[in-house]
Amino acid sequence: MKCLVTGGNVKVLGKAVHSLSRIGEELYLEPLEDGLSLRTVNSSRSAYACFLFAPLFFQQYQPAAPGQEAPRCKILMKSFLAAFRSLAMVEKSVEKCCISLNGRSSRLVVQLHCRYGVRKTHNLSFQDCESLQAIFDPALCSHVLRAPARVLGEAVLPFPPALAEVTLGIGCGRRVILRSYQEEEADSSVRAMVTEMSIGEEDFQQLQAQEGAAITFCLKEFRGLLSFAESANLSLSIHFDAPGRPAIFAVKDSLLDGHFVLATMSESDLHSPEPHRLVPPLQAHSTPHLDDFANDDIDSYMIAMETTVDSEGSRAGPSIPLSPGLRPPCSPGPDSEDNDAEPSTEPGTPPPKKFRSLFFGSILSPAHSPPGPSPVLAEDSEGEG
Amino acid sequence: ENFFSEFQMEGVSAENNAIYLELTSENLSRALKTAQNARALKVKLTNKHFPCLTVSIELLSVSSSSRIVTHDIPVKVIPRKLWKDLQEPTVPDSDVSIYLPVLKTMKSIVEKMRNLSNHLIIEANLSGDLNLKIETELVCVTTHFKDLGNPPLASEDASQDRDPEQMAEVRIDIRKLLQFLAGQQVNPTRAVCNIVSNKLVHFDLLHEDVSLQYFIPA
Repeated sequence: MKCLVTGGNVKVLGKAVHSLSRIGEELYLEPLEDGLSLRTVNSSRSAYACFLFAPLFFQQYQPAAPGQEAPRCKILMKSFLAAFRSLAMVEKSVEKCCISLNGRSSRLVVQLHCRYGVRKTHNLSFQDCESLQAIFDPALCSHVLRAPARVLGEAVLPFPPALAEVTLGIGCGRRVILRSYQEEEADSSVRAMVTEMSIGEEDFQQLQAQEGAAITFCLKEFRGLLSFAESANLSLSIHFDAPGRPAIFAVKDSLLDGHFVLATMSESDLHSPEPHRLVPPLQAHSTPHLDDFANDDIDSYMIAMETTVDSEGSRAGPSIPLSPGLRPPCSPGPDSEDNDAEPSTEPGTPPPKKFRSLFFGSILSPAHSPPGPSPVLAEDSEGEG
Repeated sequence: ENFFSEFQMEGVSAENNAIYLELTSENLSRALKTAQNARALKVKLTNKHFPCLTVSIELLSVSSSSRIVTHDIPVKVIPRKLWKDLQEPTVPDSDVSIYLPVLKTMKSIVEKMRNLSNHLIIEANLSGDLNLKIETELVCVTTHFKDLGNPPLASEDASQDRDPEQMAEVRIDIRKLLQFLAGQQVNPTRAVCNIVSNKLVHFDLLHEDVSLQYFIPA
């Protein structure tokens, strides 16, 4: 495999890697016919990100040596990022970047050709792995909004950098509302500030959603894609559905496309004494209640998706059912008085993120093993989860 | 009241027409930061499950539609019986009162001094001289300001007894002084420094509609 990137595209590549590093600790690199794909997923499987760089993005693009299969590598994100650590330096002094892997080598080579004849070579160890696939289809989402990244960048400006989650929705008069999401503190004497940003419909290039539609997702993860979109001056589209269903954030231009798929809070996740609290700030006259997405439905959701052959079929490689990392919906009975019915997480997973994990279904056969908390084969023999 | 284009307030009662609130200053500062490019700003006391100071900001926008940012800052309403704890402290009459030099100049000098010592001595007299001094084992640095002018003193008797050349001094924590100076963005219409020898320095600033007083004990 050999991919040669030159000029301004090196910085674009670097920026994409920075974005991906906001999501996951490992980078899945796979040269496809459509282009070079860089993917990652977070440890709780609640966020997935991928960038696909078309062959024309590269000065030279050779996915596989003739007669050989295209490699699929999993690299430590930190290692790969090290080559693009300082974007300012990359912009100023790197002329070419060559990513290559020869059949015999056990190292992925990232070589930066810099000014004044300086050459920086990073030899990264990697693991062979199966393709990381998430099944999602923006076309299936009922709500879309699209705006220049700049507008969305300005929209998130009033929110503190430390804020974890934000609610995005459509309010009265078809205004797009972003509101900081705070979990109910047990210690109610320390309350957090709530910030809300309201933007008119006119600032959006596309707004296809009803009033009252809203989702809550992780802002930190979204910022990863947003900063990429801002630097590349692209428009960002947000495809979403009912709360609980993953939301798809996408950027696209002629040479690349990027997708961040983030889990959203389902209605039962949201702590609120009043079940419809999600919507009042965004309340319209129309009915706010979206699908009643109770815990148990996640199973049927998974099954349904497994049997759907979606447009991702063109992507090469089998997809592997990864450990869904689902919290078992079987919380210890309905006796918990607050909505905090989430059982504690499996050991080793990060502290409770109230998101449903995305599942990575199998498009191999619908008759595949039923989804459940039991970890299914991970992408390599190490196994995760 | 002239500072605001709209002002409505109703305190606890007619005799106690005031409301005392406690809030985290960082929240307010963050909320106001978003108002840098604001067309209008409104502050309201609201009750959204708990008392909040709602800061509502209309931003300047290139497009036809306006953008509105709302911050709900949780506040605690302070009961009347605690109001007396929050009153302005009674301060002895100052020994010397002098107009301050350009605050920006003063700030850059104090910033440099901060690297050398944790304490700074401010001394001034009624002849318009102000000195900023630091004294350490290794070094003494003094910056002299002259011809600053002194505001007319409140009590006539005190001024006549005092030798105009005599300095009143107070030693204060340099960081507190820097905190005060760092917050000043615009030059005030009037800036006075009052020194109570060895006890307290009192800065009294007047901008067009706003007055700010800052007390630093020795």
